[in-house]
Amino acid sequence: MAGRDFVNRRLHSFLGVVPIGLFLIVHLTVNWFATRGPDAFNKASQFMEDLPYLLVLEIVLIYLPILFHAIYGVYIAFQAKNNANRYGYFRNWMFFLQRWSGIFLVIFIAWHVWETRIAMALGQALDFGMMADILSNPAMLVFYIVGVLAAVFHFSNGLWSFMVTWGITVSPRAQRISTYATVVVFILLSIVGVGALFAFTNSSYAFM
Amino acid sequence: MSEGKKVRFIITRQDGPNAAPYEETFEVPYRQNMNVISALMEIRRTPVNVKGEETAPPQWEMNCLEEVCGACSMIINGKPRQACTALVDKLEQPVRLEPMKTFPVVRDLAVDRSRMFDALKKVKAWIPIDGTYDLGPGPRMAETSRQWAYELSKCMTCGVCLEACPNVNSKSDFMGPAPLSQVRLFNAHPTGKMNKKERLHGIMGDGGLAACGNSQNCVQSCPKGIPLTTSIAALNRDSALQSFRDFFGSDHQ
Repeated sequence: MAGRDFVNRRLHSFLGVVPIGLFLIVHLTVNWFATRGPDAFNKASQFMEDLPYLLVLEIVLIYLPILFHAIYGVYIAFQAKNNANRYGYFRNWMFFLQRWSGIFLVIFIAWHVWETRIAMALGQALDFGMMADILSNPAMLVFYIVGVLAAVFHFSNGLWSFMVTWGITVSPRAQRISTYATVVVFILLSIVGVGALFAFTNSSYAFM
Repeated sequence: MSEGKKVRFIITRQDGPNAAPYEETFEVPYRQNMNVISALMEIRRTPVNVKGEETAPPQWEMNCLEEVCGACSMIINGKPRQACTALVDKLEQPVRLEPMKTFPVVRDLAVDRSRMFDALKKVKAWIPIDGTYDLGPGPRMAETSRQWAYELSKCMTCGVCLEACPNVNSKSDFMGPAPLSQVRLFNAHPTGKMNKKERLHGIMGDGGLAACGNSQNCVQSCPKGIPLTTSIAALNRDSALQSFRDFFGSDHQ
């Protein structure tokens, strides 16, 4: 019978792609509306806020999966004895970066949720102005760029290992092709994610 | 020819399982085509370190001397491999020898690889053929499958893949790539297939397949070139299907 580790690891892999990975794509896509100006972004984010039974959607599709993925992920990360200095192979570096991007994301996402979703729950309006205000601080802009890149990397590389973990890509050739495919995912989502961040700092929208 | 030329060896030594490790340097007269084993034998003959002190001869394990038994595995210049096929002419000098610390050190370069043999028992890496009567010949195996399976059967339980794996360490109970690949070997055998489910359950338990983190160091390090990561991915597929069958029930045999 499947042991506890087996079930938890498979669940961790599944949740990382199905609600969390999909949510990341939706989130970055909503952000991308910022490139069309504050009104477009506010309309898009308002649409998300106006979804029916929003809190249920958030809890079931975002909060619980992310909590499990993060807590179990930290446990996984600290179980590894990283050795990329001795075995400097590409996949071993990806293994190392997957763990460290994950640890960084726990910090980044906690901060980001505090600053946006919890601030909104406490009565602040979650709109273009809020993000423009946060990102006007150069240090925060750097923090957010690193955060978005870490999230996109963690998702892309996680997609690769998801396909191995579930036995979708078995042969070395299949795994090589999926490496290329996930590199493309990384590049495209990075453009979307970082592009949106710079849209918030676009000075032509200041004081709107 | 190369009279008087010496080769320097820096050996990480440890007097017992709980003793503190220390380094000791030796110099061995160069001989053509010498390997690490022949150098260690030379040191054993005259156990005197570079400072001229007489010392206990370093201990290591060896058996076949042709890279099929796996006993002489150690870390040579930072990489785990067999000492018998480590030719001194191809090594950077001084040559550094260390035990594979992923395993409990018995003494000097000798380690205890029991955990690998325990894992093979756990995953039932054998084919049960004994009965109270003659069971007759088993089903035949296609020649192409036999050739393919032969590659997996080259595993000599040397421990190099466990040493290279970042997820095999004192903080985790991961059994490592070698016993996993053996499950694939025995599950591919026409007679072994009859116990496929039991072996899959063996690797779906704690410390089994799921603890693999896909660093893929194992396949890069295996001295026999065994496609370990392919085996792991194939077992991922088999165990995913098995877990669905276990959970939902199935009439699939």
